[in-house]
Amino acid sequence: MRRTTRALVAGLFAMLVASQAASAETVKIGFITSLSGPAGVIGKHMQDSVELALEHLGRKVGGLDVEMIYGDDQRKPDVGKQLADEMLKKHKVHFVSGIIWSNVMLAVAPVVTREKVFMIGTNAGPHELAGDQCSEYFFTTSWQNDQTPEAMGKYMTDQNLTDVYVLAPNYAAGKDMIQGFKRYFKGKVVNEVYTKLGQQDYSAEITQIRAANPKAVFVFYPGDMGIQFVKQFAQAGLRDQFPLYSVYTVDEVTLPAVKEAALGNFETRYWSPDLSNEANRRYVSDFRKKFGYTPSFYGAQSYDGIMLIDAAVRAVKGDLANKAGMIAAMRRADYKSTRGPYTYNVNHFPIENFYLLKTVRAADGEFSLQIQKTVFENHRDAYYQKCPMKW
Amino acid sequence: MSLLLILEQGLNGLQFGVMLFLMAAGLTLVFGIMNLVNLAHGSLYMVGAYLAATVFAWTGSWALAVALALVGTLVAGVVVELIALRTLYERDHLDQVLATFGLILFFNELVAILWGRAALYTSVPAALAGYVELLPRLRYPTYRAAVILVGLAVALLLYVVVARTRLGMLIRAGASNRTMVAALGVNIRLLSTLVFGGGAALAGLAGLMAGPIYAVQPGMGEQILIQVFVVIVIGGIGSIRGALVGAILVGMVDTLGRAFLRPVLSTLIAPTAADAAGPALASILIYVLMAAVLFFRPQGLFPARG
Repeated sequence: MRRTTRALVAGLFAMLVASQAASAETVKIGFITSLSGPAGVIGKHMQDSVELALEHLGRKVGGLDVEMIYGDDQRKPDVGKQLADEMLKKHKVHFVSGIIWSNVMLAVAPVVTREKVFMIGTNAGPHELAGDQCSEYFFTTSWQNDQTPEAMGKYMTDQNLTDVYVLAPNYAAGKDMIQGFKRYFKGKVVNEVYTKLGQQDYSAEITQIRAANPKAVFVFYPGDMGIQFVKQFAQAGLRDQFPLYSVYTVDEVTLPAVKEAALGNFETRYWSPDLSNEANRRYVSDFRKKFGYTPSFYGAQSYDGIMLIDAAVRAVKGDLANKAGMIAAMRRADYKSTRGPYTYNVNHFPIENFYLLKTVRAADGEFSLQIQKTVFENHRDAYYQKCPMKW
Repeated sequence: MSLLLILEQGLNGLQFGVMLFLMAAGLTLVFGIMNLVNLAHGSLYMVGAYLAATVFAWTGSWALAVALALVGTLVAGVVVELIALRTLYERDHLDQVLATFGLILFFNELVAILWGRAALYTSVPAALAGYVELLPRLRYPTYRAAVILVGLAVALLLYVVVARTRLGMLIRAGASNRTMVAALGVNIRLLSTLVFGGGAALAGLAGLMAGPIYAVQPGMGEQILIQVFVVIVIGGIGSIRGALVGAILVGMVDTLGRAFLRPVLSTLIAPTAADAAGPALASILIYVLMAAVLFFRPQGLFPARG
């Protein structure tokens, strides 16, 4: 009896050692996004895209086995930080990726990069991380918050629009978006309104818009806020009165829920499902085939995030301890991005194109966003000069 | 700031208020009579919105959608009461909070499994699209005007039922002293189930009316439920009259605060300070109101006699 126990214990030890040896050969990626609540649909777009990227890579990242650990931040910065702590300490991840919301990103990124672990952002781009808080260990496959509204500001200036009424939720990204818009918009801003993050009813704001009688309205209302604002704006009869220009408001996540209420709406963006390049065609068609719906920019960025990690691990031949090598590899952005080729600025934010999109109804009655023109080519963010990194 | 603008914002506040009232009425009765804290009330609101949106999409008939959503939430409410909540009446409030929070998770996941996580498409029924001219130069969306009318009609109906009928008398008696009513030979369990089902149908009504204005998606119930709890605390737990007054007060304060707080503040303090303080203050205004009510009248404005 005693001998068998001893044998069992020895066997157990051997297995433990063996499993640890195996885990050294595994890339661990923690992916934080919002999977429950109203923003859960965005998290689903991102998670599905990560899974598609892994499928395209044959479930190997940089030739190594991969273990994904998904975490639901519930759109709360404190929960995001807890998840990151757990991923770092318990799972000992090599990369943390994802994150939709700028306020969550601001809580998570410093925790991760302090431990010299890579933070690969796939959506939020708060200006702090592009400027003086930039880090060698932080990369993003998306954009800096200000860039997209800068493109809209530029376009509206080119159209000689003035007397614009602007609205955004009252949080980190809302402030960035309005600041970016105003950096390139040269006309007059009639009023600048900040609403509560996650607000449902906009009747008070919409009544104020009508009373102010602007020439156009510019908003940033991501996710469910966009659905609510666009519907209520149209129902109040304002769409025929004031043209609506937006960023991150009408997209492939919200369009199925608003449909004709968004018709004719203008957006700016760095990516669109109809962007023509080989990687994007493959991503969009395989995504539709596998999941049965149209992917969004949230998804494209997350797909790119996994591809960027794959390129980094491949460049160091699977030596995950070679962090300098991985930084050098990621700075080259040497992978097939869904936006087409791009380069990294000194602060590890992309230098990329921005397009004007319009909501149209196809002959089959389906609604979609279509690229109208390029507003910016190889556009840099406004904060990279504040980033002390040199390379 | 013209008079018409203030009037229109008042209507917006009233519309938001009656919506809160439909939710608060059921919740406050359940709390008053069964002494049950039901966090899952928002889930019934969500069920109402989903049923209406789905039936409307399938049949194109708004009337059918309304009818089925009302019956559906009533049935859902009764089933939840019979299966899960009945055993909780005698338990501690914290146990009830825990159990009904579990129900929230259950319903959100169920809806996500059945309909997916993406928000459903809903639109205003054609008959209620567009706007009505209430006064010269005061145009108001027809749908929102209809919501106000329905809400006020339901409030009147509830008042008549609670104050003038035998059922209402039992409900009031149950709210005062549950044990005594049972001792007098009234089937209090049946009464509880009825009240719960009725409250669920009211939440369903709020949900189906919210569908065309808000995003119909998992978790939509919790967003409104927080404000509903504020309404009940302000109005006094267990009181329909308190729920009505509290709901309209919260609706008005919230809407008028969002519309006018910043302009008013900027006449008092520096405009840049008003720009920063205005939106922040407007979003916490109803909680400040709740704190003030709790301070001066801890039992709420119209406490049920007990």
